[in-house]
Amino acid sequence: MSEVLDIYLLEAVLNGLLLGGLLALLSLGLNLVFGVIDVVWICYAELIMCGMYAVYYLHVQFHWPLLVAMVAAIGIVALLGWILHQFVIRPVLSAEPINQLLVTGGVLFFLQAAATLAFGIEFKNVGVSLPSVRLGEMSFSSSRLIAFGVALAGVLALWLFLRRTYLGTAIRAISQDRAVMPLMGVDPARIFRITSALGGGLAGLAACLLVLQYDIHPSIGLSFGPITFLICVLGGLGNMMGGFVAAFIFAQFIAVGGFFFALEWGYVIAFVFFIAVMFWRPRGLFG
Amino acid sequence: MGNYPLHLAILVLLWGYIYTSWSLMGRLGLVSFGHGAFMGIGAYTVVMLWNHFGLSPWIGALLALVFAALVAIVIGYPCFRFRIVGHYFALVTLALSEVARLVIVALRDQTGGSLGATPKGALHGGETMSIGALQFGSKEVWLVIVFAVWLGGLWVWRAVDRSMGRLALQAISEEEEAAASIGIHVTRAKLRITIISALMTCVGGILYAQYQLYVNPDAVSGIAISLQMVFGVIAGGMFVMLGPTVGAAFTLLLAEGLRLAFGNKYPALDTTIYGVMLVLFIIYMPKGILGAALELFKLPRQPSGRPLQ
Repeated sequence: MSEVLDIYLLEAVLNGLLLGGLLALLSLGLNLVFGVIDVVWICYAELIMCGMYAVYYLHVQFHWPLLVAMVAAIGIVALLGWILHQFVIRPVLSAEPINQLLVTGGVLFFLQAAATLAFGIEFKNVGVSLPSVRLGEMSFSSSRLIAFGVALAGVLALWLFLRRTYLGTAIRAISQDRAVMPLMGVDPARIFRITSALGGGLAGLAACLLVLQYDIHPSIGLSFGPITFLICVLGGLGNMMGGFVAAFIFAQFIAVGGFFFALEWGYVIAFVFFIAVMFWRPRGLFG
Repeated sequence: MGNYPLHLAILVLLWGYIYTSWSLMGRLGLVSFGHGAFMGIGAYTVVMLWNHFGLSPWIGALLALVFAALVAIVIGYPCFRFRIVGHYFALVTLALSEVARLVIVALRDQTGGSLGATPKGALHGGETMSIGALQFGSKEVWLVIVFAVWLGGLWVWRAVDRSMGRLALQAISEEEEAAASIGIHVTRAKLRITIISALMTCVGGILYAQYQLYVNPDAVSGIAISLQMVFGVIAGGMFVMLGPTVGAAFTLLLAEGLRLAFGNKYPALDTTIYGVMLVLFIIYMPKGILGAALELFKLPRQPSGRPLQ
């Protein structure tokens, strides 16, 4: 009996690891935008929702090959990130910080409602079903494995971009000192636009991985939006490495907590853990 | 009045009261995304105790209020003690409202989960009201009740304004360190407001459940309802007494007006328009509808530079 339990527990832990990779990717774009522009996109998960619809319509309705549709979706969400910055964030950049948070909350309402209006409330599925991978007694969905791999590759690619390119260096410099960079000949407005498009692109990448696992509906953002913010805050807002580690911690709470109790309790434990950590380290674990 | 206008009036007053409760904190710079938790505690404690133990909602309400106050202290005290403000405060409270929603869903054997729950009916035969069960068949009675509670909410708003003084309030919201240095006990002041606001929201949840005679986790807790409160207040105006009520009336009438104009052909048209308006409000009219209107009318008569109450 105990051996059976152990193998299922191991399966839960490994599934938690896979989920952690996906959550790490989810938090990446949000953290990048916050670190550079100092604005929390409350509507980040809704951008991902838009990306999921883009994949669905391009692939299922217009019969584009799945990979092409995905690349196009990443481009579309990157464009949305750019638009969000130009038309919504820029006018409130000098307003109170909380107004910047709230204005993206308005965008959340808008995107959710506009998606309901345009696409209806039916659940949509891209209809790609991948076989599950067996490892001894355990089985894992291969879409989760792919998501894990792509998420890690995405994290690595972003890291290299920020470390090894001129543009990446400029982005990191801006996030460290907003006041002095204009004097060094870096145009912050341009960096902000690029960062927003990049953040949108990462949301689009997350969307491509999520459509493989989940049905699409207008309020899907609410089901993983909150957890994405909490991961970013747990790791220290703007701290990408912190967010990366926090994603795996959170995923273990959800997976193992959900294994011992019901799935919702896994989330409850994770959220209560988050609140407790905030009291202990108000700027996040690595903030 | 017919039943439909009565129903609308009740909802406007009830939500106006709940939004007013939220804005007690909001205008101090404490933007809470967690008020869904307090509303959910009120609604579910009362309905569950009534359904499972036959406990009168009056006693249930007392227990719910104690529970809400405890949660407010457990979350509020460390937040204020460790100076968790701004984004961080908003996101900690966001976690709280999700915890409330998930706990309600997870206890599905008792609460009915996402399907919601109905308080057992107490009106048998020709009875129109049961005061012990806090169930009233007539909408007129409900209108009187919510009107009284709404007035009570406005009175609390005024009392808070008077007791602390506008300057102390502004000092806390704008410059915490400076406020502390001139002798304002910041943690205590914030905690007191938070408890008052949580208790009032809890009462709102109780009334909502007893009026609708139906609760479900998404309607009374979680991120969606918490955001609804925040944005209702922003639309109406956070810094004027009637602003939250104007926000409630505005959102409700917008939804109903569009529904009457277009039928149910475009189910989310109202929220789409509402979302665009919210974005425009926050960018161009951060004081909200009532705040902006008052400024427009009062400006010529007032000496410049004086902030609005």
